[in-house]
Amino acid sequence: MEILVASAIGILTAGGLYLVMRLRTFPVIMGISLLTYAVNVFLFASGRLTVGAPPILTDATTYADPLPQALVLTAIVISFGMTAVVVMIALGAYLGGDDDTVDDQPVEDAQ
Amino acid sequence: MTHWLILPVMLPAFVAPFIVLAARYQIGIQRVISVASILAVIGIALGLAWQTSDGTVMLYRLGDWAAPFGIVLVGDRLSTLMVLLTAVLALFVLLYAIGSEWDDRGRHFHALFQFQIMGIMGAFLTGDLFNLFVFFEVLLIASYGLMIHAGGTQRLRAGVQYVLFNLLGSTLFLFALGAIYAETGTLNMADLSQRVQMIGPDATVGIRIAAVLLLLVFAIKAAVVPLHFWLPSSYAEAPAPVAALFAIMTKVGAYAIIRVYTMVFPPKLEVIAGLHGWWLLPAALLSLAVGMVGVLAARHLDRLVAFAVIGSMGMVMVSIALFTPAGIAAALYYVVHSTLAAGALFLISDLARAGRANLDLTAQPPMAGGTVTAALFFVAAIAMAGLPPLSGFIGKLLILDAGFASGSAVWIWAIVLGSSLISVVGFARAGSILFWKAKSVTPDEDADPAMAPSCLSYAAVGGLIALLVAHTVFAGPTTAYTDAISKQLFAPDAYVETVLTTKGKLSDAPSQGEY
Repeated sequence: MEILVASAIGILTAGGLYLVMRLRTFPVIMGISLLTYAVNVFLFASGRLTVGAPPILTDATTYADPLPQALVLTAIVISFGMTAVVVMIALGAYLGGDDDTVDDQPVEDAQ
Repeated sequence: MTHWLILPVMLPAFVAPFIVLAARYQIGIQRVISVASILAVIGIALGLAWQTSDGTVMLYRLGDWAAPFGIVLVGDRLSTLMVLLTAVLALFVLLYAIGSEWDDRGRHFHALFQFQIMGIMGAFLTGDLFNLFVFFEVLLIASYGLMIHAGGTQRLRAGVQYVLFNLLGSTLFLFALGAIYAETGTLNMADLSQRVQMIGPDATVGIRIAAVLLLLVFAIKAAVVPLHFWLPSSYAEAPAPVAALFAIMTKVGAYAIIRVYTMVFPPKLEVIAGLHGWWLLPAALLSLAVGMVGVLAARHLDRLVAFAVIGSMGMVMVSIALFTPAGIAAALYYVVHSTLAAGALFLISDLARAGRANLDLTAQPPMAGGTVTAALFFVAAIAMAGLPPLSGFIGKLLILDAGFASGSAVWIWAIVLGSSLISVVGFARAGSILFWKAKSVTPDEDADPAMAPSCLSYAAVGGLIALLVAHTVFAGPTTAYTDAISKQLFAPDAYVETVLTTKGKLSDAPSQGEY
């Protein structure tokens, strides 16, 4: 299971980074979404991997660490909100400038 | 009053939705509420700073849960100083936004402003790393709204860059937090400071990665070269009062570095050997050089100020990277100075924008209200470039003195002094083009005469300049206080003990003990 989770995080991160470097708003936002998925799984794994154990401290000897689950929940909510914000701003910039590149365009600066 | 410590966070958090719900269409009422709230926060911050000035560590347990399980807010000398600095800067920025009517050029300026203050205050007061992340997000999401306030395609484009860069930073922060939690099983800073010491020398791979990742995240916030690329366009395109408030945001990064790397990963710790000397110090020297060369090379006044911010952050980071008591004390003196000076310069660049067509550094007809603006620019530029007699000079002297004992003193002295010269030339060039060459250009008869900025705008900038002068005149008591702060930072036992031994719910629960 460790191999599976680790490679899932790795592939998501690699794909996310590749998309972020495309420097067009749509791929970049997709890339950041992939990165946040990767980090969510990573946070889950930070509490050790357990199967079929409740995230509550009981009399049973095995339990899943509940804290990373709370952290992931917070992280999901925040990244969801942030993605919505960046989509709106990027849409505004694209509709206003008819151009969706992310980096600075040197042409205007040179005038 | 046991609940004082959370008030700088709670008060703006309640005022902001109140402004949205109750005073949505009345800009006058919004202004009154907003200023009253900031004045109240200043009062609270003064009280907190007074209470902690004798070295007391104030603790606030949310929901009364005891420390490693619940989230705590902690106020010591450093946090309360930063809270006070934020509140004071916010007051003058707010007065300027009202005086220049920037707040009326888009919706919800005051509500977002309050949320921004809430996030910054929380980041300074929290004693928990994950909570620090949450407050970073609060201040960031408010700053996204403020950054694109009043709209415009150029501003939106800069906003996209700013948001995307910060989203990447947040993702990195989460990776760092996950790594720290996996290694230590806690995210409370006081608890971490004990557990990191316990990690054996053969199992430090994870914690080393976490320490470097965390430093990267804070370096992005502090705009240390080569992670500074988000700063110039976003600060230059943001509305001027917002950019002036953002002057404190780079300091949030510097604060986080000071806090985490004196307490959780103290300089003597073996796992971070080489991190400060080999990586942070050269990067800081590089940002100092890049910032000041940018000042000389800038073709617009707002970009010039943005690069001055990068340069001054470089100066702060040089001093922090020494990680000696004298270095941290000098850095804190310079942090106060550079926040006030950068805020004042951003506001002055807006005074110039109000009086002429644009901020290009080209000869244009004299601007409306140019005499006062020129005088203010002169004083603020002297402060920022670090010429005597203002506080920039004293701060630089303290940093040079702190760097004298270190192994890389030659590099520090050469780059600090060389970049100072470059920035003096840069500011002198900008000032003479803006204000003196204007006399040689005949005004266009047909152009509409620009309105001179209002008295309140000048008063707000004048207030910041007066604070800079006060920071210079009272340099003796101030440096004594920053020395006391740095002494407290390098002896974190009182902090750790207060956080971990104060009783609350779950205090008597057995510790996990498996790590």
